[in-house]
Amino acid sequence: MIEGNRSRSMGEWISAIRHGFEALLIGIFSGLMIALEFFINPIQRWVGFRRMAYLFLLPNMAIFGIFVIFPMLLNFYYSMTSGVALFPEDRTFVGTDNYEILADCEDFTDPNSCDEDFFWRAIYNTIVFVFFQVGGMVLMALITALVLNREIVGRGFFRSVYFYPVLLSPVVVGLIWRWILQRYGVVNGVLAQIDPKFEADPVLFLLKGDWPTFWVIMISIWAQMGFFTLILLAGLQSIPGVLYEASSIDGASPWQGFRFITMPLLMPTMFVVLVLALIRSVQVFDQVFVLTGGGPGTSTKYMVQYIYETGMRNQIPRRGLAAAASMVLGGVLFIFTFIQLWLGRKSESV
Amino acid sequence: MNTLRNFIIRKHGKSRIDITDAVSYIYLVAGVFVMFGPVLWVVMSSFKTQASLFEFPPRFLPYSQNTVEIEGYDSPLLLFKVTLEDGQVRELAQVRRVGLESQLIDPDKPLATPGRPSGDEIYRVRIEKLEPIESIQLAWENYTEPLDRFNFLTYLKNSVIVTMVATIITLIINSMAAFALSKYRFAGRDVFLVVIISTLMIPISVIIVPVFLVITRLDLNNSLWGVIIPGAATPTGVFLLRQYMLTIPDELIEAARIDGASEWRIYWQVILPLARPALAVLAIFSIMWRWNDFLWPLIVLSRSEKYTLQVGLNAFFGELNVPWHYVLAMTVLTLLPITLVFAFLQQFISTGIATTGSKG
Repeated sequence: MIEGNRSRSMGEWISAIRHGFEALLIGIFSGLMIALEFFINPIQRWVGFRRMAYLFLLPNMAIFGIFVIFPMLLNFYYSMTSGVALFPEDRTFVGTDNYEILADCEDFTDPNSCDEDFFWRAIYNTIVFVFFQVGGMVLMALITALVLNREIVGRGFFRSVYFYPVLLSPVVVGLIWRWILQRYGVVNGVLAQIDPKFEADPVLFLLKGDWPTFWVIMISIWAQMGFFTLILLAGLQSIPGVLYEASSIDGASPWQGFRFITMPLLMPTMFVVLVLALIRSVQVFDQVFVLTGGGPGTSTKYMVQYIYETGMRNQIPRRGLAAAASMVLGGVLFIFTFIQLWLGRKSESV
Repeated sequence: MNTLRNFIIRKHGKSRIDITDAVSYIYLVAGVFVMFGPVLWVVMSSFKTQASLFEFPPRFLPYSQNTVEIEGYDSPLLLFKVTLEDGQVRELAQVRRVGLESQLIDPDKPLATPGRPSGDEIYRVRIEKLEPIESIQLAWENYTEPLDRFNFLTYLKNSVIVTMVATIITLIINSMAAFALSKYRFAGRDVFLVVIISTLMIPISVIIVPVFLVITRLDLNNSLWGVIIPGAATPTGVFLLRQYMLTIPDELIEAARIDGASEWRIYWQVILPLARPALAVLAIFSIMWRWNDFLWPLIVLSRSEKYTLQVGLNAFFGELNVPWHYVLAMTVLTLLPITLVFAFLQQFISTGIATTGSKG
C-alpha cells in the first residue's frame, strides 16, 4: 500500500508522543479520582451535598491548622517558658521573663548596654537594612517601570530580564554573589584593571568594614526588584493615556503631568508595593545566611537569623527567648499586613 | 522640558529617536548586563579548571594551560612556548622547576630512558622566557565528579521528589478548598476565608521554634514528607484558584447535579477542567516555590542523605575549604530548571504575578 509507506516527520512524532503522554496522565488522574469516588460518595449520601464543602476544605485547613495556626498559638506559650526541653509539658512557665530579658537595656540606643545585646544588634541591623533596601528598591523599581512604560521596542524582553533574578533561589543568589565578590573575584578583577594597586591588595568585600552591609542591601535589591517593577508597571499601564493628552492641551508641564496625574493615580499601587517590600525585607535571612553567614562578627545578622540561631542552632538552644523574639517580629509583620489589607479594602471601595 | 515630558509620560508622538529614547535604551541594555551578567559569569566560571579558577585578574572565558602526557611521568606536563638562547621559539613540556630556572623537554622526542631525561635532553631556561600555551577548555569534570564524590544525585533526587509530589498535592487540595469557598454557601465560609488570609501573615520565619516541635512530634524529622506536607497548603494558591472559579457559571454545576453527578464528580469533571489556566499558573508557582525552598527544609532535614539541593549547596560553606569548582557547577545545575521554566513560561509568570500580586 502506498499510503502505508508515508514516513512521519519529526514534528508528527513529537506531537504523537505528547498526545500519548497527555492521555496517559489524564487516564491516571481519572482513575485516581474514580477510585476516590468510592470513598467520598457514601459520605455525601450521609451528610448531604451542602455539607460536602467542609470535606473539600478539610485537607487544606488541616495543614494550615497543624503547621501554621497551632504553632502560632504554641509560640505564644513558648515565649513564656524557659529551659532547654523541646516539649512544652517539660518546660517551666516563667511569665514575661523572656520579654524582660530581651528588653533589659540600660540604654536602648546602645546594644552593648543590653543583656541580650545580639538581639538589639539584630534589630538595629534590620532597621538599617530595611530602610536602605526598601527605599533603594522601590526607587529603582519605579524608574525601571517608568522606562518600561514608554514605547520601547522589545518591552516584553526587557521586562523579563529584570524579572529573572526573582526566580532564583536565595541560596543560588547568595552563592553567585559570594563568588563574584570573593577576594579574587570579578569585581576585584575589574578594579585591578583600573588601578594596579588592587591587584596586590584586593578588597575583602564580604569581610571588611561596611562593605558587607552595602553588598547585602545591593544584592537584595538586585534579586527582588523585578517583582516590584512588574506590579508598578501594571499600575502605570492602567493610567489612561488620554489624561496626559488632555493635560498637555491645557498647557500643563510634564512635571505637572507627573505630579498631578501619575503620582496620585499610582499612589495605591505604590503603597501596596511599599508594604509588600517592607514585609519581605523585615524577614531577610536566607540570602544573607549563604552570602556572609551573618558576619563579619554580627554586622549582617538580622532578626530571623537571631531567632534561628538562638532557638535552633546554639549549643544550648534558648527556645523561649527565640519564641519571644519571634512574637516581636510577628507583631511587626502583623502591623504591616494590617495596613496592607486596610489599603486594599480602601482601594477596592474607591 | 520636552525631554522630561517624554520620559514621564508614555506617548511621545514623534517617530525619530530622541535623547530620552537613547537614555532609556542605555538604561535597559545596562540592565541586561547587571541582571544576567552575574549568572553568566558563574556559568563561565563553572567550566574553569581548579587552577584557572583562582587566576587573578580573572578572565571571562575558561582558558587553561595545555598539557601533554609523556611516558614515565605520572601526571600530565604543562606546555610552554619557550624562547631559546639562539632565538629559536619551541613548544616544550616542563619537567620541573628549580627556583627561577625551569627544566623542560621536547614532547616530540621520546626520552632514552622514560622519566629520566639525560643532560643533553633537558633545556634549562629562566622562567621569564616561558609563556604558557593556553586554549579554551571546558572542565566538564566539575560537573561529572561531584556526581559520585558528594551526595549530589541524592540532593537532586530529593529536590525532584519534593517539588513534584508537593506540587501535585498543592494542586489537588488547594483546588478542593477553592471549590468549596467559591461554589458553596455554608455557615462559617467567611471565617474560613479570614483564617486563610491570616495564614498569609504568619510566615515560617515567625514560627520556627514551635514548627520544629510539631515536626518532631509527628516524627517528620529527616523525612521528605516533613517538607512536602506543610508547604502543600498555600494561601496564595487557594486565592488564585478561588478568584478564577468565581467566574465559572453556577448553572453548569446545577445542570450536573440535575444529571445526578455527585459533588466529587462535579469537582473533578466539571470544575477542574474549566480551571485549567489557573491551575497551570499555580503549578508553575508551586514548582518554583518548592524548588527554591530553603528555610523549611533547613529546619526539618538534618541528615545529609535527606538534603534538598538548596540545603545541600549551603552545607558546603560549613567546610573549611569551599570546593568552588564543584559548588559552581552544582549552582548552575540548580538554577538550570528555573531558568528553563523562565525561558519558556515567562509570559505566564508575569501575568500570574500581575493578577495575584504575590509570591511565596
